Amino acid sequence: MFEYAPAPESRSVVEIASSYGLFIDGSFEAAKDGNVFKTVNPASEEVLAEVAAAGPEDVDRAVAAARRAFGPWSALPGSERAKYLFRIARIIQERSRELAVLESLDNGKPIKESRDVDLPLVAAHFFYYAGWADKLAYAGFGPDPRPLGVAGQVIPWNFPLLMLAWKIAPALATGNTVVLKPAETTPLSALFFADVCRQAELPPGVVNIVTGAGDTGAYLVQHPDVNKVAFTGSTDVGREIARAVAGTGKRLTLELGGKAANIVFDDAPIDQAVEGIVNGIFFNQGHVCCAGSRLLVQESVAEELLASLKRRMATLRVGDPLDKNTDIGAINSAAQLARITELSEIGASEGAERWSPACELPERGFWFAPTIFTGVTQAHRIAREEIFGPVLSVLTFRTPAEAIEKANNTPYGLSAGIWSEKGSRILSVADQLRAGVVWANTFNKFDPTSPFGGYKESGYGREGGRHGLEAYLA
Amino acid sequence: MTVTAATGLSDLRSFLHGLPGVDKVGVEARAAALATRSVKTSSKAKAIDLAIRMVDLTTLEGADTPGKVRALCAKGRRPDPSDPSCPPVAAICVYPAMVPVAAAALAGSDVHLASVATAFPSGQAPLEVKLADTRAAVAAGADEIDMVISRGAFLAGDYHRVFDEIVAVKEACGGAHLKVILETGELATYDNVRRASWLAMLAGADFIKTSTGKVAVNATLPITLVMLEAVRDFRERHGRQVGVKPAGGIKTTKDAVKYLVMINETVGDDWLHPDWFRFGASSLLNDLLMQRTKLTTGHYAGPDYFTLD
Amino acid sequence: MPKSSKVLEAAPARLTVRKTYKLFIGGKFPRSESGRTLVVNGDNVALASRKDARDAVLAARAASAKWAGATAYNRGQVLYRVAEMVEARRAEFVALGVAPTEVDAAVDRWVWYAGWSDKIAQVAGGANPVAGPFFNISAPEPTGVVAVVAPPSLLGLVSVVAPAVVTGNTVVVLAADPQIAITLAEVLATSDVPGGVVNILTGRYAETAPWLASHADVNALDLTGVEHPELAAELERAAAGTLKRVLRPPAGGIDFTADPGLRPMTALLETKTVWHPKGY
Repeated sequence: MFEYAPAPESRSVVEIASSYGLFIDGSFEAAKDGNVFKTVNPASEEVLAEVAAAGPEDVDRAVAAARRAFGPWSALPGSERAKYLFRIARIIQERSRELAVLESLDNGKPIKESRDVDLPLVAAHFFYYAGWADKLAYAGFGPDPRPLGVAGQVIPWNFPLLMLAWKIAPALATGNTVVLKPAETTPLSALFFADVCRQAELPPGVVNIVTGAGDTGAYLVQHPDVNKVAFTGSTDVGREIARAVAGTGKRLTLELGGKAANIVFDDAPIDQAVEGIVNGIFFNQGHVCCAGSRLLVQESVAEELLASLKRRMATLRVGDPLDKNTDIGAINSAAQLARITELSEIGASEGAERWSPACELPERGFWFAPTIFTGVTQAHRIAREEIFGPVLSVLTFRTPAEAIEKANNTPYGLSAGIWSEKGSRILSVADQLRAGVVWANTFNKFDPTSPFGGYKESGYGREGGRHGLEAYLA
Repeated sequence: MTVTAATGLSDLRSFLHGLPGVDKVGVEARAAALATRSVKTSSKAKAIDLAIRMVDLTTLEGADTPGKVRALCAKGRRPDPSDPSCPPVAAICVYPAMVPVAAAALAGSDVHLASVATAFPSGQAPLEVKLADTRAAVAAGADEIDMVISRGAFLAGDYHRVFDEIVAVKEACGGAHLKVILETGELATYDNVRRASWLAMLAGADFIKTSTGKVAVNATLPITLVMLEAVRDFRERHGRQVGVKPAGGIKTTKDAVKYLVMINETVGDDWLHPDWFRFGASSLLNDLLMQRTKLTTGHYAGPDYFTLD
Repeated sequence: MPKSSKVLEAAPARLTVRKTYKLFIGGKFPRSESGRTLVVNGDNVALASRKDARDAVLAARAASAKWAGATAYNRGQVLYRVAEMVEARRAEFVALGVAPTEVDAAVDRWVWYAGWSDKIAQVAGGANPVAGPFFNISAPEPTGVVAVVAPPSLLGLVSVVAPAVVTGNTVVVLAADPQIAITLAEVLATSDVPGGVVNILTGRYAETAPWLASHADVNALDLTGVEHPELAAELERAAAGTLKRVLRPPAGGIDFTADPGLRPMTALLETKTVWHPKGY
């Protein structure tokens, strides 16, 4: 075998301070009660920094700062708001290598993904929404759309900076101000983004970052002076937030879990389908809400496809996220690793056949080998519950109708995949799938112009595109 | 060998059109992703030596002369005269008229002698002429024949004619290895590349080769990827291993390493050998030598220090 | 006019045949399975139970795929037919106390929404210029089964039902005014609207709405007709159990005579975005 020598991306492009405060009203400050938590590199368990844990008073201060900033910010001509966002986009491009390395350190994702996927999309997202700021009257939401006020935003750990961009860019473009809480295990890129805002000379209070765990997020979404809540994360937490927000009049958008079916028909472009399956479930360690975690393969090609898939999986390189040749990085946290491990064990105990390629995992850090389960039925828990890891459940079907029925047989409805060379089949199946994003002969593609969001328990509202403005306009 | 025996199907068209389609965007994305692999230090050194050993050092010009061909053969035998550890190339590739000269110049070496044939590069000649071309090259000492398929016949859907020509040329080759040039730039679609690959293999090709180097689009990573998938699947089905030769446009070490990475991650070890993979190239060799020197000496090399032939 | 107050000695030469106000489920007019009635304006109207609500959801779900799959042109034709039939029965609505101008407005609203059927997808969806070799299009789709707490007026009722069904949703309506609602049901039953697309329950919405709000086979909840904020909040909380789309009662009420805008339709639509590579 042709072995590749280690090709580590340099860590020296990013300087991580030993501790970080909350970013409120344009400056960093400690939490009022002095609470901190540690964020670790999941690939090594090394502590990267200590970060302030925001309590209720801190959230109060952040919301108050956003409220003070809202008047002048929303009164700015759209063209001026646009220029701030363009500046932010440019600074992100300029600092993209630094931010990519930081993201891989704090999150565990491979550098090739943070470098080639996350960061370019982050910059593109700010560019896209920057251009909307002075064109809102043309967006189709009435002649004089108005911002809502203060947006409380809570984002997950799987794409920390990208999810921040999805939340902050449309909020600011539409004239809202923001208090954002990054995930507990991945707070650093949001804090670096605060520095990007300072470099862009964004007025204080327009963007505030409060770090902390779930309780910080709960204070934020329940804060009486927040007008708009946007959350990306698990369906269970989304439900709690929907309950908490009920009756308050706060606008709410939720982007939650998924259990996407990736449907491979017998006439699929088979080599590309295999790539799509791999990308669908192993991209970002499977920490993707729209991951193609259920492979539905037509029985007549199942054997051939699985052989190809296994052969392909054997070439996946698991290891150091900073190595430029790593395909699968570290699982984000010990807790997530435990969840993946538990569900995989349940899969095996329920009778599904488990397979992973030979794969040496590092000793320190949180790792999980790419895994597939064959012989899975709709009754298995691994076919119903979101695993949020590099674990694929394989089911078979005989007819298009059966594929559609199985694909839709879930409370989720975020995404789906279709692989076929027959155009009319693709269009008909796409019509019948209850999912917000349907990738046909491709998977896990994202673009700032393309609306993203789910049906059913995968949440409501759309992020991205013209549709993404609606959540932030009255 | 008949089509029926080769495919288990009476209808070549049904078979070729029944092969899985190739999605252009997907195959290009996969090739581009593989091209981001970072191959450094010790693995780069190994890759460079392997790439040198895979080069079919080529001159296919109307202006080729015995002197030029002799010089090329000398270069192929000892690419870096200052470094005896530098391996020779796989083969020298010339026009049939130059085969006698090259045969003499390569005598006593392990470097193979490849000749293009069959009315290269267009293939637009009667079959008898093509066969005579082939026999002459073999008789003059070529142990590898690079034939071109009739793209016109292929595009017209006359698969049997293409098939029969390959079978006939293979027979004319005798013991020489047959590389079948698909001229993928003229086939225009990846689906055609896959079909032509299978057609050539079913007809008995020892190697399938992308290009003549004489048209606008020559070897590309995604085209080679489709061909690699074809040889992989063909071996799985028929138990016979076929080699792959991208040709034309591969000029730098960086390019060559991308191809090696692609072999490594699609068909694997079995093809990482000059018996099963070749680069049809001329200027590539010097870049490989310069990069090789950089790795051994630690400083960047300059073109004045490498022979130009 | 309360009919029970009529005086016997003034008995007419011919006794009027009264209408029985029942429920409207699956295109039929059943009594409440509970056998209960409620006197409203002198009529015994059906007092729907949670089981009636359950049956109505079943009927709405059963009708959903076909109605959503009908061509937009066809749904537009059906809604226009509804407008024709309201026009034809205007005297009945006027007899129920609806002002003639409100009947006009209700007819016009059906016509307005009928026209939207094959335009909303163009306005709410479209091609997205993604940075890559992909065809990418977003199109609105109905969210599914919508439970509606309707406001009392005819125009209000039409203004919540029409925008839901024009895009292919099916509805379970908790009506505030039984006579108006069931008269509208008779219009729908004679207007080519497939059975189950609109289901109407009468009675006390405070009793049935919580069942619909927590029903796992209901996709959206329109609370426009809920008067009490506390009940609205409670229903919204119940709806969170399966993350239903919720239209909250508007603060300060709605002026149904105003241009409704797109929101009543878009709030009950999902956006589906389809990607496909381009290449040969």
